Amino acid sequence: MYPTKYTKAASIDDAVKALGADDEATILAGGQTLIATMKQHLAAPSELVDVRGIDGMVGISLEGDTLVIGAATTHADVAGSADVQKHSPALASLAAGIGDPAVRHVGTIGGSVANNDPAADYPAALLALGATVVTNQREMAADAFFDGLFGTALEEGEIITAVKFPKAQAAAYAKFPQPASLFALVGVFVAKGADGVRVSVTGAGDEGVFRSEPLEAALGADWSEAAAKGADVGTDGLMSDIHGSAGYRANLIKVMAARAVASA
Amino acid sequence: MTKINMTVNGKAVTREVSGETLLSEFLREDLRLTGTHIGCDTSQCGACVVHIDGKAVKSCTTLAAAIDGAEVTTIEGLADGDLHPMQASFKEHHGLQCGFCTPGMIMSGVDMVNRYKAEGRDVTAEAVRHELEGNICRCTGYHNIVKAVQDAATKM
Ligand code: FES
Ligand code: FES
Repeated sequence: MYPTKYTKAASIDDAVKALGADDEATILAGGQTLIATMKQHLAAPSELVDVRGIDGMVGISLEGDTLVIGAATTHADVAGSADVQKHSPALASLAAGIGDPAVRHVGTIGGSVANNDPAADYPAALLALGATVVTNQREMAADAFFDGLFGTALEEGEIITAVKFPKAQAAAYAKFPQPASLFALVGVFVAKGADGVRVSVTGAGDEGVFRSEPLEAALGADWSEAAAKGADVGTDGLMSDIHGSAGYRANLIKVMAARAVASA
Repeated sequence: MTKINMTVNGKAVTREVSGETLLSEFLREDLRLTGTHIGCDTSQCGACVVHIDGKAVKSCTTLAAAIDGAEVTTIEGLADGDLHPMQASFKEHHGLQCGFCTPGMIMSGVDMVNRYKAEGRDVTAEAVRHELEGNICRCTGYHNIVKAVQDAATKM
């Protein structure tokens, strides 16, 4: 790894100050992607500002019908939380399937969401469940947050502090993992909530996570496996790479959507 | 440089480390605990797994500076005079050949069995295979590793 400086932020102000003082500084929230990327020399931040020690960044609470997860809460803690299992069992099982156990002990929801890897699991959950991303500056609907490959609406010095999830009537996530990386080759999150059916797809889009209109229409009219399988998802905007063609991914989207509906 | 204090295998350790020092480097090069292996540079093989505050973690994907105050257990800290039941079961069931992946397998196995016991879940062969997804072995074909973990679960 290239040399870097480690700073443990004691407060949001501390972190903002450290980030502001150095253009090349970046946030460390778990590092299960960032450190791996640094080892490959694909990232070389001059300073890592660790936000995990900041008050209020870790923890899970229920505020009425809203589930609030602190940004530095690990995947293992989300998966094992009785509150999450009760409020959003689909979210708990999604967290239980991220990477492997050692990754889940360290990786955090805020880190995953901020990185917006096109094959990550959490962005699909936020989009389908209609979650809200809370930062030190504002609150943003997931629909307005994710912005293309590894892109988000986050500004310089803006730090995710929590993610809020409304309660869905029914929801589930089904993923076809790429066996070497354990990321989603295709992952589909289906949710039935107050504003109808929302379906998001990760791992398959040229521009990262997206909502599937054909699947939302099909499942909105008929919440069934057959409807998911019969939807015309097409191959427009889908990724082709060594792991699978756009056509293969299009088929997997339907299969995963059907599996998700079956388990919701 | 950051000054860190931690407990490694029950012993207090104080050192100055640079920001980019990985826990795996710290353990192997500074503390000469070379039982923790480095099998890849992509954070995928699990040979480097140690316990931090009782949880399995990839030491190659953890900064030493970030775990000030932590309690770290490596493969060297597991046996207490006699082999740990997980180590004994790997020996008994021939759960290793070259042994390169073994420290990580054992640390992941112990973590898994501890968690499953605490939650009252059965350590089935399927569960072991799923839990060891992040630990790669090039030699054994995994069958004996699964047997060893299941056997150790009855003795831990
Ligand atoms: S050396 Fe840590 S995962 Fe391979
Ligand atoms: S025993 Fe050789 S890599 Fe597992």
